[in-house]
Amino acid sequence: MKKNILIIGGGPAGLEAAASLKHSGNNIILIEKSHQLGGHLARWDRLFPDGIRAREVLDKMIASLDGVNYFTDTDIAQINILDRSYSVILSNGISVLADAVLMATGFDLFDARKKEEYGYGIYDQVITNADLEDWFRTREDSRIDHPKRIGFVHCVGSRDEKSGCRACSKVCCATAVKQACEIKAEFPDAQVYCFYMDLRMFGKHYEDLYLKAQKEYGIRFIRGRVSEVAEQIDKTLQVKAEDTLSSKPLKVTLDLLVLMSGIRPSQNLEPVRKALQLAKDDDGFINERDAVYELQKTSMPGLFVAGAVTGPKTLPDTLAEARAAALQILSYLADNDKKPAK
Amino acid sequence: MIYEGKKKIWSDYQKEIPDDHYFYVRSCIRQSFFPASEATFLDITRNRLGKDIFETEHHTTCGGIAYHSDTIPQETVMTIVARQFALMKKYGYENYVCSCITSFGLYSEILETWHEFPELQEKIARLLKESCGLEFAKPKYLIHASDLIYKYRNLIAAQAKFKLVNAKTGEPLRVVEHIGCHYSKMFPSKGVGGAEYPYVLTGMIDAWGGEVIDYPERRHCCGFGFRQYFIKGNRSYSLSNTHKKFESMEPYKPDMIITNCPGCPYFLDRWQYVIAESSGKTYGPDGQGIPVFTYEEVAGLVMGYDPWDLGLQTHQVPVEPLLDKLGIPYDPAKKYLGKNGKDLGKPEDTCFCCSGII
Repeated sequence: MKKNILIIGGGPAGLEAAASLKHSGNNIILIEKSHQLGGHLARWDRLFPDGIRAREVLDKMIASLDGVNYFTDTDIAQINILDRSYSVILSNGISVLADAVLMATGFDLFDARKKEEYGYGIYDQVITNADLEDWFRTREDSRIDHPKRIGFVHCVGSRDEKSGCRACSKVCCATAVKQACEIKAEFPDAQVYCFYMDLRMFGKHYEDLYLKAQKEYGIRFIRGRVSEVAEQIDKTLQVKAEDTLSSKPLKVTLDLLVLMSGIRPSQNLEPVRKALQLAKDDDGFINERDAVYELQKTSMPGLFVAGAVTGPKTLPDTLAEARAAALQILSYLADNDKKPAK
Repeated sequence: MIYEGKKKIWSDYQKEIPDDHYFYVRSCIRQSFFPASEATFLDITRNRLGKDIFETEHHTTCGGIAYHSDTIPQETVMTIVARQFALMKKYGYENYVCSCITSFGLYSEILETWHEFPELQEKIARLLKESCGLEFAKPKYLIHASDLIYKYRNLIAAQAKFKLVNAKTGEPLRVVEHIGCHYSKMFPSKGVGGAEYPYVLTGMIDAWGGEVIDYPERRHCCGFGFRQYFIKGNRSYSLSNTHKKFESMEPYKPDMIITNCPGCPYFLDRWQYVIAESSGKTYGPDGQGIPVFTYEEVAGLVMGYDPWDLGLQTHQVPVEPLLDKLGIPYDPAKKYLGKNGKDLGKPEDTCFCCSGII
């Protein structure tokens, strides 16, 4: 008998899980709250470490959905826990009796305005990593007009208790190095600085990217945090930082400052999390059943998680989790069939 | 500059400021530096706006200068502060307004420490009882006097005789606002507008017709920083801080500076003379320097007080060019006369251009 599997979230985790489950003989229903599939990936231009086009990756994922029912502009209106299933009413009025639910709701980018000292939303020439990806993709942003001096600030809203997140966002270092190389390629005469705490280039080829940034692109890496940003009379930015390797304060004038906004829990998830009484970590992400062996399970039977809903993840890690979640769901449904009904 | 972004932050950092009934404590040094500012605050709030602002001669220093110079034990400074609060309760008040920014920062820090360490609060209450025989109390609202003038800024504007505009051209004056470091840098939520883009003085300038300048070193210390000035060997740091600020604000051509701290107007005012003497450089038009005011002085000017009753003759940088620009009348012959007509004595000519310094 066909089972209903509801996937909440149409980003990379949800899409990959749906594609992995579509030939399982079950009904897969995927919902996405925004008007398009892809999540943050749809906004990105190229991906680290090799510069693959994000759109190409996303197009492959969407093509793999073939046969899966999905609804965009759709959210959870109501969700109730039954004996072996979940009764769900969608915002489009459709009711689903789901035998398993996968939460793949992703993340929110940290609101860089909260780091007031950096001046995002105050000073014109301060932008975020997402704004820069928009420009790479569309070439439409009047703030980026042949800058001669460009800075990247790592760890904006990550590893920062003051902003409410002590965890590393995992992807910002590699993204900053990637974007620094890309913008240097666009503006070869520009001087590009990266202000970092530690460079966490842990993945395959990430370290190569870091070396390439220094050797081929001449990116200057400054180990120290930016303390404050101010606008000068000619609209350039005065940026103060500390160079911890030379133990000296530093003041530079920049034409553009890019803030690497970190990964924060999705606020859209909160009503569903509360309705399902799911525990969250101190940092606001959903708790897995355990942190080693049962990463895709939650404390609730039939309720699974994949991707950044449980914490910051790279795209390859997210896709791996989605495939793992699909296997776990099928295993759960098979085991459930063997159990006698109450 | 995205003004809407600032407005968003200002709306995030609004503190509750009661409308009336305050216990007022003065600063240790302001009556020497800017002698009429506190008297003007009391006159405006009590006599022009009809508010109940109580003060007693029995209050003392808060101990802040000693605290920031590391010359007083923590329990001692806390007991001094507890005594101030106890006097407030004794006289039947629960809203506490202080004239000094350092005091405001110290009170905020001590209240927060007591909140985090109740056993310490208990100890201080005991020490207070033993040493002074007073009952321990904490204010319901702790307010800096500039918060209160900010609260009343529109009432003051309604009674204004002058605006912060060029009387001849109608153009708004270009005003630098400088906030004392201990106002909100330690506890952003306790200051109007927060720490990065404080609104407390900006709100006054907006209400009184001026235009605020946002310059790169706006957040930088005025140069009073205790260790920079009290330790003689460090005084060049104090001067270089002030110099850095003036170099940064110079391209914006400010007409005046308004401050809310005891030390800031003093150092921003006096060090201009030292910079002029040592380097020959002056800021502001015609080698006159940029006049620096307390917020009470500016409120007084707007409300039509006689400039000499506001103590503006004690400033290093001459204020007359700005008074002329504002269209505020003054009698040059009365500049160095006290309220009773007594001759206060005329200082050496320190106008940078007239004194032959440059």
